[in-house]
Amino acid sequence: MSSLSILILAPLLLASFLATLVGIWRLTWAYIITIIGIALSLAAASAGLFRVLQEGTLRHYLGGWPPPFGIEYVLDHLSAFMAIIIVFIGFVIVIYPPGAGLYHVPRKGVPMYGLVLLLISGLIGVVVTGDLFNLFVFLEIYSLASYALITLGGNRAVVASFRYLVLGTIAGGFYLLGIGFIYFSTGTLNMADAAQLLPALYSSPTVVAAAALIVIGMGIKLALFPLHVWLPDAHSYAPPVIAAILAAVQIEVAGYVIVRMMLTVFRPEYFIEILPITSAIGWVAAAGIIFGSLMAIAQKDFKRMLAYSTVAQVAYVGLGIGLANPLGLIGGLLHILNHAFMKSCLFLIAGGIRFQTGLHEVSQFAGLGRKMPLMMTAFTVAALSMVGIPPTCGFFSKWYLILGSVEAGNWVFVAVILTSSLLTAVYFFRILEKLFAAPPNDDEAVTKATEPSPKIVVPILVLAIGILVLGLINALIVTRVLWPVVALLPTG
Amino acid sequence: MVELFIARYVYLMIVVLLIIGLYGMLGKRNLLKKLIGMNIFQTAIFLFFIEGATKAGGSVPVIDQQLGMAAAQYVNPLPHVLILTGIVVGLALTGVALAFILVIYRAYNTLDDKAIMKEMSK
Repeated sequence: MSSLSILILAPLLLASFLATLVGIWRLTWAYIITIIGIALSLAAASAGLFRVLQEGTLRHYLGGWPPPFGIEYVLDHLSAFMAIIIVFIGFVIVIYPPGAGLYHVPRKGVPMYGLVLLLISGLIGVVVTGDLFNLFVFLEIYSLASYALITLGGNRAVVASFRYLVLGTIAGGFYLLGIGFIYFSTGTLNMADAAQLLPALYSSPTVVAAAALIVIGMGIKLALFPLHVWLPDAHSYAPPVIAAILAAVQIEVAGYVIVRMMLTVFRPEYFIEILPITSAIGWVAAAGIIFGSLMAIAQKDFKRMLAYSTVAQVAYVGLGIGLANPLGLIGGLLHILNHAFMKSCLFLIAGGIRFQTGLHEVSQFAGLGRKMPLMMTAFTVAALSMVGIPPTCGFFSKWYLILGSVEAGNWVFVAVILTSSLLTAVYFFRILEKLFAAPPNDDEAVTKATEPSPKIVVPILVLAIGILVLGLINALIVTRVLWPVVALLPTG
Repeated sequence: MVELFIARYVYLMIVVLLIIGLYGMLGKRNLLKKLIGMNIFQTAIFLFFIEGATKAGGSVPVIDQQLGMAAAQYVNPLPHVLILTGIVVGLALTGVALAFILVIYRAYNTLDDKAIMKEMSK
């Protein structure tokens, strides 16, 4: 028993309420409340990860009601790992100035801090809860917050957000139907309890339908090809910081739900052998990796390119789930962490360039490299990591995915990963060439460009340094945090 | 076979509602019709939970001296509570979607999906 799992969530929920109320009156105070809330949550998440590494799984019974009757909050290796990524990225997003991150500071009444906090608390709720229905509630909380936040990007963003809302509701509805099937066949909503009761019912068509509905629903939320149709518009029209947090952690949480279903609620063998769910996810993801990379090459707008790149990168997470062996899943989970740093760094750079020069198309970037040395160094690090060049962290998740594919004897996946690295290199080196090698044109926006203020540069540099540090300590993360998660999976 | 369908007719209705809702959301071009489809889809899911909780001859789930402690005598209250939460979520989604529709109509003067796409690609 430990209340650390609820302590990660409580400051965020409280701060979102307070920040919304105070924000009507003074925006600075709302900002201070937001920073305090996220900092407390980050402290709790770090303490949580530390305690989990020392003592194993921490459980908290909400209101003192023991499961299966009450709602339980569980902090194990996987949820502690996810929670710390979510809160850290949330922290960086909030300290990034809204003038650059949201194109312009919204009017006083717009509860932007409250919504960001609600988004982060929804994501945290999904990863710490041990109750299937509670997970649905948090899923809808974070979805609603993201729909509202995307619309800060203007009229086009509202249309994109409406589309996302419709598809997101289908996803949530499928999940709710799925847990309805689980509830009516087992009589429980507690994940650990359901895991005890489900094996006896594995051949029942109701349970088969439940697993399929949940995975399809989360496939929509994860934007797995071909269910990704909502993502490119929503992420490219959303303001840069919002796109950063959506691409970095929000969609990956759906991947977490699939992993949680596979490892905790159902047994891995059920997803691997009895139902061909993992192999289906794997092949769909492989198609998504190639499709996303090719579409990214075709884009002119920087943020739209990043959005298509997200389609490809989340498919790596899907590929890790699809491989369903320890090395493959480690690659997938490590890629959640790496992608969070890389993609949020790139979106924040997109916001910085747009704020400083007003440019957003790749072809206009010629010569910017010399004008903004710090930001472009960070961009280079993130781009190399996306391609997968050591010692940046992006190399290691791909390395584990390749090892996993070799272990599974699936050479097509190895070819897909290598091809996609080449395609990623094509679209990032094209920008690098523009930035550093191409002769600067006489565009006034470029010739007058200067390094943005430290407020913008510091969060970007923190993420860029993070990419290098994560590359150096990846062995530690894999052995201490991720091996216990995948220990349940069958090898070979 | 026919008896099975008659015994499960409520579930069949729910499946029909789900399909109508999905068709509305994905097949209709008008955004307001998409929203109506979304509401039908959600209502079908709510009905599924409520139908799963019913028991023939079940009483209100408050312990009654005459009926005793047997769970079979009472209707299962948990799905109702879940769906109460589900309805709140659905209400919030509908509210947000209506606000979006308002903004979209003011900006593009139409609610037709194709026309908005054309306007956006300009």
